[in-house]
Amino acid sequence: MKFAILVNEGPYTHEAADSAYQFTAAALGAGHEIVRVFFYHDGVNNGTRLSVPPQDDRNISQRWSELGAEHDLELIVCVAAAQRRGLLDADEAKRAGKDSDNIAEGFQISGLGQLIDAGIQADRLLVFGD
Amino acid sequence: MSVLHIVNKSPFERNSLDACLRLAQADSAILLIEDGIYAAQQGTAVSDRVAAAMAKYQIYALSPDLQARGISEDRLIDGIKTVDYDGFVQLACDFDKSQSWL
Repeated sequence: MKFAILVNEGPYTHEAADSAYQFTAAALGAGHEIVRVFFYHDGVNNGTRLSVPPQDDRNISQRWSELGAEHDLELIVCVAAAQRRGLLDADEAKRAGKDSDNIAEGFQISGLGQLIDAGIQADRLLVFGD
Repeated sequence: MSVLHIVNKSPFERNSLDACLRLAQADSAILLIEDGIYAAQQGTAVSDRVAAAMAKYQIYALSPDLQARGISEDRLIDGIKTVDYDGFVQLACDFDKSQSWL
């Protein structure tokens, strides 16, 4: 089965960012395909590489990066939501005249069309949010 | 078309469970996750409503979220089934669509 995952909540907020990760990991473990994980609204904050959680806590963005690398996942961040919240890759940082980028490894910035496309490609779209 | 309805907020905080129960069709199931699992407990202000809804739908609760909140399965309303994340994935496969009541 092909799943698409939509994450609308930021990390360390309530539990949706964790639920989305746990569902994605379980689906991959059961042999299903994840077409794309799309991060929207505050969910884009899951894609920062600058978060420094306590050492005995889970590292939510790093955990996504690792799962993404292991399974070659598309981790897509909505560009408009990301710009508003200061989540930038090198190109966006340069274009906006900022001194740094902060997107985590394996995440890519793209548009809302990627969410629509994921909904079309996948058999099931699971939404996690607040 | 069968739908898996996913409710992730406490019924004492939001009205998403009520909205779900009002609109879900008979061939649906309801999965309680995150703070939504508080609706699965016996003896609360909503437990009669949830028990009545079980005549129409199967209701599931996500076991890791029960454990995280210290709610043991013997405190759940009779008939509510528990699933882990593998079971959640299987439910998502078994139903044609999922609807998250955010």
